[in-house]
Amino acid sequence: MSETNQHIILKTENLSIGYKTKKEETSIASNINIALKKGELIGLVGGNGIGKSTLLRTLTQVQPKLSGAIHLNHKPLETYANIDLAKTMSLVLTETIASKNLSVFELIALGRQPYTNWVGNLSEKDISIINTAIQQTNIDNLKHKKCFELSDGQLQKVMIARALAQDTDLIILDEPTTHLDMYHKVYILKLLQKLVKETGKTILFSSHEIDLAIQLCDTMIVMTKTEVTSDSPCHLIQQGTFNTLFPEDLITFDATTGSFRVKK
Amino acid sequence: MSETATYRNSYLVLILVLIACFFANISLGSVSIPLDEIFNSLINSAKNESWQYIIQNYRLPKAFTAILVGSGLGISGLLMQTLFRNPLAGPFVLGITSGASLGVALVILGAGVFGGFFASLLISKWTIVIAASLGSFLVLLAVLIVSSKVKDTMAILIIGLMFGSITSAVVSVLSYFSSAEQLQQYIFWGFGSLGNLSWNELAIFFIIYCFGILLSILSIKGLNTLLLGENYAKSLGLNIKQSRLLIIIATSLLAGTITAFAGPIAFIGLAVPHLTRQIFNTANHKILLPAVFLFGAIVMLICDSIAQLPASDYTLPINAITSLIGAPVVIWLLVRKRKMVF
Repeated sequence: MSETNQHIILKTENLSIGYKTKKEETSIASNINIALKKGELIGLVGGNGIGKSTLLRTLTQVQPKLSGAIHLNHKPLETYANIDLAKTMSLVLTETIASKNLSVFELIALGRQPYTNWVGNLSEKDISIINTAIQQTNIDNLKHKKCFELSDGQLQKVMIARALAQDTDLIILDEPTTHLDMYHKVYILKLLQKLVKETGKTILFSSHEIDLAIQLCDTMIVMTKTEVTSDSPCHLIQQGTFNTLFPEDLITFDATTGSFRVKK
Repeated sequence: MSETATYRNSYLVLILVLIACFFANISLGSVSIPLDEIFNSLINSAKNESWQYIIQNYRLPKAFTAILVGSGLGISGLLMQTLFRNPLAGPFVLGITSGASLGVALVILGAGVFGGFFASLLISKWTIVIAASLGSFLVLLAVLIVSSKVKDTMAILIIGLMFGSITSAVVSVLSYFSSAEQLQQYIFWGFGSLGNLSWNELAIFFIIYCFGILLSILSIKGLNTLLLGENYAKSLGLNIKQSRLLIIIATSLLAGTITAFAGPIAFIGLAVPHLTRQIFNTANHKILLPAVFLFGAIVMLICDSIAQLPASDYTLPINAITSLIGAPVVIWLLVRKRKMVF
């Protein structure tokens, strides 16, 4: 047991998430027990409004939890200072960046901010880490372009490179495949799978591409109204978890192909 | 500084242009003074005593004021545009000018309305400087206190604008009850002026200005991180509230003293950062900050030289010249490049 514990990057115990105002607490999901293991690609799926974003926001300390515990590298998440959290966890968000006038290299270089000096000068080590991130994401040809010249798919690769440059154990991506065409959805998810294998990092992403996630992820976290389940895609299919994901009036899950079908 | 090295030539050109503008500014005016005489007067003394007097006590302090005002307004405009992610932001969005106007209006116009204490005030230059500083400080304090209660940076922008509306309304009420002479005096303050600063005043101006510049330099890393947006900046370990405060204090020191000593000078703070971004084509503040400093100083020196109407006895309001010269330049740049860089 202790040996498996060492490989766990992030773990929640009886976590409750939701929103708190002065008057009342609105719980969105509770009793969440998940563990993210080192070197795994983890997909988080669930219907709209089920609380995927809230869960990610809570895990990344953007919003406070309601109750329970979150441990990051065996330390409670809330004990992390901003700068230490930035060295352990990097993010790719759905929002667009504020200034698209940055060059691709400059943008990726901003991933080194937690490590640079007061004015943000890059050391030789910083530059070599940035170049590695550029190679790992195959964007050498984009290096000198400005961000406003990039397509959505290219920009997403650049944002992933930026997260890589931040050199963290854990990378969390919020719906990295939205706005992308079928080919680029697969491309980005395959890239994440490759990065997990090459770098041994843990990558957690939320997505609506359930069939793709089933094919590519090591572990999946499935959020439904009643519970949050986490297991390997095969086990989840066997247990019939995906059948409970959506109301059954329009689509059903086909266990033999691992995908959803429209009801005729 | 490998990133700044590629821009070394551009900086060098700008520095040369700045020096040229500086001497042209001293040379031009109602009396034109030849360049070699300027050098003479700086080193020992000029042949012509009145020239020596004009240079030492009038044109030299004015040229230095122009450099401080132009660079300070440009930099505070840059800070505000990045903080608020808004190309329309300038040094005065936080209500600094409106506060200064209120202070000055109370002193100049208040005499007619309230009489008593205000009427007994001798309206000297220092009274105006102090009134402007107090006014902008108090309004800024109010904006800061209200802003600390809101999480969203955009809300600060709106709050600053609202305070601006309140103060300008108070100024309107005061104007309504004032005499024509008082109104004229108030309007003249609003034209802005770079002259009239003694060396002592310039020294005080310079010290506060340096603090503002120092804080701006300390904000460079935070500003660059903010280019990604606040959520990304936070995920990179940036303490948003702290950097926001640092940026706001830097802006207030710069824009506040400038308004106190030179009046509400429009346009430079808004236009110079755009001009610099278009020409340097970068968003990196490590490169932009020195460039904005140089451009701001150059533009202000040129505007002041034109406002002096060389070889005539008239001086035009500097506030009108900055917009008259600056606005067409920015429009031309935007049309030529077809794409706004922000």
